[in-house]
Amino acid sequence: MVQKKTDNAAESDDLLNGTRRDFLKQTSLLTAAALAPTTLVKAAESGLDEKIAAVFEKIPVSITVNGVSHQVVIEPRVTLLDLLREHLHLTGTKKGCDRGQCGACTVHVDGKRVNSCLSLAVMHDGHKVTTIEGLANGDQLHPLQEAFIKHDGFQCGYCTPGQIMSGVACIREGHANTESDIREYMSGNICRCGAYPNIVKAIHEVSTGGQKV
Amino acid sequence: MNQFEYVRPVEQALAVKAYLKDPNTQFIAGGTNLLDLMKMGVAKPDRLVDINRLPLKDIKKTATGIHIGALALNSQVAENSLILQHHPVLALALNAGATQQLRNMATVGGNMLQRTRCGYFFDINMPCNKREPGTGCAAIGGINRMHAIFGASESCIAVHPSDMCVALAALDASVTVLGAKGERHIPFTDFHRLPGDHPEHDNTLQKGELILGVDIPDAKPTKNVAYLKVRDRTSYAFALVSVAAVLHIEGGIIKSAKLAMGGVAHKPWHLHTAEASLIGKQASTESFNQAAQIAMQGAKTYKYNEFKVKLGHNTIVQALKTAASVA
Repeated sequence: MVQKKTDNAAESDDLLNGTRRDFLKQTSLLTAAALAPTTLVKAAESGLDEKIAAVFEKIPVSITVNGVSHQVVIEPRVTLLDLLREHLHLTGTKKGCDRGQCGACTVHVDGKRVNSCLSLAVMHDGHKVTTIEGLANGDQLHPLQEAFIKHDGFQCGYCTPGQIMSGVACIREGHANTESDIREYMSGNICRCGAYPNIVKAIHEVSTGGQKV
Repeated sequence: MNQFEYVRPVEQALAVKAYLKDPNTQFIAGGTNLLDLMKMGVAKPDRLVDINRLPLKDIKKTATGIHIGALALNSQVAENSLILQHHPVLALALNAGATQQLRNMATVGGNMLQRTRCGYFFDINMPCNKREPGTGCAAIGGINRMHAIFGASESCIAVHPSDMCVALAALDASVTVLGAKGERHIPFTDFHRLPGDHPEHDNTLQKGELILGVDIPDAKPTKNVAYLKVRDRTSYAFALVSVAAVLHIEGGIIKSAKLAMGGVAHKPWHLHTAEASLIGKQASTESFNQAAQIAMQGAKTYKYNEFKVKLGHNTIVQALKTAASVA
């Protein structure tokens, strides 16, 4: 079925003698023009005015990231991860699986670690987000960042921002007192290079070191 | 991901109204399952009703037990002092599921509404009666290692993926829902359904009904509880088989038993007959073996999941031994 759709799309491109992207742009604009007014009226009538967006409408969202307040206007289907990376250009937070399986996209929302890929940005209106960019204090690295360097807690480094954000939360939650607790409560962060023993050491050292995290 | 309308009501009745305005609507809370399904093209709602601003987050004592609001987070429930004190098996089950990041997003109501993790359900290029009724079941003649051994049908052999629900089934919880016609209560074991000819329906909710919360009735406190989950890796994997066990033992004799299984059916599998077989017996390996034998009667296996019968038996015995501290 999917294959069939692609064929149709290719045909449309030929017929229009243009790119598929142009074709979609034009149709979207036409549909948006046709849809938007009626949907908005419908919304006003139904008394659901707190937040509503029609199919092609963008919604204003106010969100604080690493202490900086941002007012953005986005489509409802933009994930928190894509907002951070594509709109706010904070590319420290990584897109791995984009399905909540690898943990590379872990950030803190109102102090809790979450997978930013499985959350819509509009759902975070008024929330405070911390990403890996917001962890250090100027040039002074966070203790867990220091520990990752000391213990060689990475090889390729792609999972590292997620590992560190998850690790900091794990320590703050009180789930990092033993190596076995760390392994269990860090199971949402996959490292394909297999740096696990060093990651566990780094987190354990910070959690038992008495520093403020 | 497809495009959709987004509505965020602040009152429960308005949420139900907003849901019913479009025939292809979904409620969204944590979004951890729904957004995954939307990215895969398995779910394509035209409208999302974001219920996160509804006041449904409480975990509180009531006259008859403990009430957990539908929007209480899985991680909050797992660490709540009332839950740890009165129903520790629920905390054990919650912590056996997903990861801390997911538990920080996933809600109690959403956990109940999780779709199956059957690989054929997720693959839009394969037939699946649950995803597209009438297309057939690719799992029956396919790779069905993870699939059901109880209550399956010729339409569907998928299993319900939740750990939390296994504990809630064992604890005889009930669900409160709000629909266009008002509130109603559903016993937890009647909330999810068997696939029959309509595997597209995971549960008995009517269109537009919103889960408000779950109530767990009071029970005599006991430390004799266990949640044992057997899976392909030590953490963060769905159950091959799991067992929730809650025992009351006095002088070595079992006074009451609550027992439910996960990973074996389209719904949390409450083991009523096995529970009854334990009452009045010595808490011993022998009576546990007997209960497990009763529990596994009538199991129907497929090409790749025959192992679940022996695994199920052993998991029940081990969970009961752990709960009763029998070596």
